[in-house]
Amino acid sequence: MAPIVEVQQLVKHFGTTKAVQGISFTIEKGEIFGLIGPNGAGKTTTLRILSTLLQITSGAVTVLGADVTKQAAEVRKHISYLPEDAGAYKTLTGRQYLRFIANFFDAREREATISRGIEIADLDERIDDKVDTYSKGMKRRLLVGRALMTNPDLAILDEPTSGLDVINAQEIRNLIKKTAGEGTTVLLSSHNMLEVEYLCDRIALIDKGILVEQGKPKTMMQKYNAQNIEEVFTKVIQ
Amino acid sequence: MSALGNIIKKEMRELLTPAIILPIIFLALIFGSIGNSFGGIEEQISEPPSIGLIVQDTDEFGVLAEGIIRNASKVVFNGTSDQDIEEGLQHIKDDKGDALLVIPPDFTMNIYNNSQGAFTIYWVMHGAGVFETISSASLEGVISLVNYEISKQLVTNQTTVNASVVLYPTQRNEITYFKDLEFPGMSPGVITGVLTSQSIFIPVIMMMIIIMAGNLVITSMAFEKENKTLETLLTLPVKRTSIVAGKITAAAVVGLILAVIYMVGFGNYMTNITGLSSGALPSSLLDAFALTTSDVILIGISLFVTLIAALALCMLLGTMAKNYKSVQSLIFPIVMMNLIPMFLTMFMDFDTLPLGLKILVFGIPFSHPMLAPRALIFNDYLLVVGGIIYVGVFAIIMIALAVWVFKTDRLIVGSTTLRKFSEKFKKR
Repeated sequence: MAPIVEVQQLVKHFGTTKAVQGISFTIEKGEIFGLIGPNGAGKTTTLRILSTLLQITSGAVTVLGADVTKQAAEVRKHISYLPEDAGAYKTLTGRQYLRFIANFFDAREREATISRGIEIADLDERIDDKVDTYSKGMKRRLLVGRALMTNPDLAILDEPTSGLDVINAQEIRNLIKKTAGEGTTVLLSSHNMLEVEYLCDRIALIDKGILVEQGKPKTMMQKYNAQNIEEVFTKVIQ
Repeated sequence: MSALGNIIKKEMRELLTPAIILPIIFLALIFGSIGNSFGGIEEQISEPPSIGLIVQDTDEFGVLAEGIIRNASKVVFNGTSDQDIEEGLQHIKDDKGDALLVIPPDFTMNIYNNSQGAFTIYWVMHGAGVFETISSASLEGVISLVNYEISKQLVTNQTTVNASVVLYPTQRNEITYFKDLEFPGMSPGVITGVLTSQSIFIPVIMMMIIIMAGNLVITSMAFEKENKTLETLLTLPVKRTSIVAGKITAAAVVGLILAVIYMVGFGNYMTNITGLSSGALPSSLLDAFALTTSDVILIGISLFVTLIAALALCMLLGTMAKNYKSVQSLIFPIVMMNLIPMFLTMFMDFDTLPLGLKILVFGIPFSHPMLAPRALIFNDYLLVVGGIIYVGVFAIIMIALAVWVFKTDRLIVGSTTLRKFSEKFKKR
């Protein structure tokens, strides 16, 4: 079976800044694939390219066989992107926001999509309050609901638990696991190595725009004789 | 560095950005150009009126009036009979003069017979801006001086002429020529007043709609960035053209609603405070300046195309917005691009502007609906239709540019060129 995501020798420059320097990886259907690395490693740039937000300098990136540059509209039908610091429209209620997003997708499944979003967000009666009144955790749960309610072929999640407390972070991690179990392929980024170790089937370590190692977490820990991924990362970088 | 100095340095860095500096430089250049043009008007005010003079009365007051007029005016044509009128008029038109003034043979006799001496003035208007009536006003000043001197003479000579004629010894029969039209009984001041009142609504409406709707478009983009909703929107299965068109249409509708509310108040103000209601204007002039149905349709098309062009330009500016704070500086060029043609067309006539200002006014797309009503009154369809085509092309280019920006990295990461420039600027 062809991989859902195929990245070959991806290079991205912003002027003289080399954000991504020739990385390659593939993601299989139903996998949870983690990109890990320190701040400024090139994780978000890679995710933005896969989400059709940024143009590539060189290389090739396909999602379900569609080129992210030449067939961006086709790619957008299959993906759902959750940016790290995403927000929602403050003048809408949670329910109205989910409806606004659902209106861009299949009209026949609209109500079912919204119901799924409400279920994932799990905001109870607060779903009918204005987004402006939500706490950071509530807002993030709404956005995760938005990202996963359409049952995308590929969910691209940038730091999905960023800034959340332990309980909220755990709930979202469980949600991601459940979604992947239902057939959605997940690509996520994080600098929380323990989270990645728990969630991901495979991971790729990025540093300064270069993919320095990739594989299954357990295999990598054995290879580098490390107790956890954090230790693997330190050893790889050194 | 002291704490105060440190704060001042930080604030200066934040405030002195290209987005703030460039519009000010642009504005300074525009005002410089307008200043040069207004300098010409100052010269015009100090210059004597350029007239043709036909003197048919060789008696006391004819000679007195001729002397005063010659002294205070630049006489470019001389005549002595009615046969000279046609030639004189042509001479004034060709010479860009202000008027042909005729002192009839019975001028002195009428005054002594207790009726006013009647000048005939053939005014030649070259433009209908407020500043263009300056030369006619200076000739009116000369005529007032003639009245004063005749009154003085009548009092000195202790004549039996009745008091009202002594106070007001002359009257005027006027005909004004403007753009191949003849307006009997009207002075340039009256015609300019009517044209100004007829065409003041369009510029004000245009300005209100564009500023309100434009502000909404830029604000919408600023909110998308500030609230971090833009990235999500751009990854949804929706065409970039739909995003651009959706934002422009919504802003246009809301802008129109706001402008209508505003105009209800403004219309009431214009009617009641300034007295510029149509009922206060000469009906013959209102008929002469009435617009046909096709004229109104053309103005409507011009307004619509301009609104789209303006909002597309605002959308393009909106892509540069970083947050709500930046909206103010981004809307500034739009405000200026409205104010410049509005004031220029209010005070000066497009036809009589210097070439440089003409190009500037034509180049600003918002000028065209402001110029359209007056141009259509005088059947200048070329200017109106040409303007619609130009603004239409401008709108298409702006929309294409906005869609292009939506397809590039600029919307997410900004312009790398501008960023580099800004970093260098800050380092210095």
